[in-house]
Amino acid sequence: MSDCEPRGLLIRPIRNGTVIDHITPGEAINVIRILGITGTTSECLSIATNVNSKFSGTKDIVKIENRELSKEEVDRIALIAPHATINIIREYQVIGKIGVEIPSVVSGVIRCPNPGCISNSNEPIKSRFAFNNGKLRCLYCDARISTDIASHII
Amino acid sequence: MREKPGIQHIISINDLDRSAIDTLLDEAKVIQQATSIERSLDGKIVALLFFEPSTRTRMSFAAALSRLGGTSISVDSIEGSSISKGETLADTIRVVSGYVDAIVLRHPCEGAARLASEFASVPVINAGDGAGQHPSQTLLDLYTIREAMPLDGIDVGLLGDLRYGRTAHSLAHALSNYDVRLHTIAPNGLELPANLVEQLKEQNTEICEYDSMEEILPELDVLYVTRIQRERFPDMASYAAVAESYRVTPEALGDVKESLAILHPLPRAGEIDPRVDALPYARYFEQAQNGIPIRMAMLQKVML
Repeated sequence: MSDCEPRGLLIRPIRNGTVIDHITPGEAINVIRILGITGTTSECLSIATNVNSKFSGTKDIVKIENRELSKEEVDRIALIAPHATINIIREYQVIGKIGVEIPSVVSGVIRCPNPGCISNSNEPIKSRFAFNNGKLRCLYCDARISTDIASHII
Repeated sequence: MREKPGIQHIISINDLDRSAIDTLLDEAKVIQQATSIERSLDGKIVALLFFEPSTRTRMSFAAALSRLGGTSISVDSIEGSSISKGETLADTIRVVSGYVDAIVLRHPCEGAARLASEFASVPVINAGDGAGQHPSQTLLDLYTIREAMPLDGIDVGLLGDLRYGRTAHSLAHALSNYDVRLHTIAPNGLELPANLVEQLKEQNTEICEYDSMEEILPELDVLYVTRIQRERFPDMASYAAVAESYRVTPEALGDVKESLAILHPLPRAGEIDPRVDALPYARYFEQAQNGIPIRMAMLQKVML
């Protein structure tokens, strides 16, 4: 039996890695995009969407085997799932819980919606956005994103 | 990348608070009033990198620098530069930084000057980046208003293409540092962008929108006129109809305040009747001349 095979639970526990819980319903796929995990990943990945939640009705969950997220990666998730919690798992035990903190500057995650912005050219820079009150502002051209942030994820 | 510490850049009017703006305007005033100009930038070399056509901004930066004793070297187009060979702006800036004491940059991409400031080892002054920022224009606009009246407690009308006109956007932002009531008068579809109106209101700037200028003209202390561009309209006839109804004529100025100041960033294309030039309200040629002391003050600020 492989490590990823289900054992009757919706998503079975993982031995080592990261569990991202309490993701805003429907945003699990975007969380994976933000983390730079693509469809061709070799990591064992479990995604559950619209799972019943005691606290918020429904939620999404993502479990990633053999990868412990860094603080910077975790904070990026806050852009679209501000209530997410991150559990670091070793030998089936939760050894660390991290709450997401919304970063004041987000780098290399969002594509500027302004086609004339220098960050959309071949220059050796990453996009940079200031995040304030749920809105993003491009630090190069001042373009604003206030709705549907997920659609601007690189 | 982040800007290197200890270098002064002037990239966006939004980076300057009221005190910084006032200081620059004061320094420009001192320069303008001086009977003889100190050659404070003697021996300094400035690169004028103009990757987009501009006659007056480039000329006035060159003139301002010459008056202070500095020397300029320039690139006038992308075609004449290493960028046409595929070099990035970042590399160009790093290389040119080694030749000069400051860089004045105009570029077609918004945010180009911000990028340049991150890669430069010398100060960068933004001379216009696409539809984005053009701080020297905004500063000379403010200077011209301040020469005519205090910047607090005034009613300023913005007339013309307020959707795409970057000078009106920057001026509106800058005026939000002062106690100013803004009145916008724009054709349908060319109104001030909603997100800008929202930002200005967040900064507690009072702002009212109008369809025509007649109803608000008598209340205004300043009328800032911008060009309505033909390419924004589907055909010549609809452009001509709108342009005519937003044209400032001596007849339209019948009931205005005696102290009204009419400004225009120039070049104009028929928005202001030439007969207005002879009226005391016309300040736009004086405004263009004010580009020299303002740019002298900016060059001194970043290099001294």
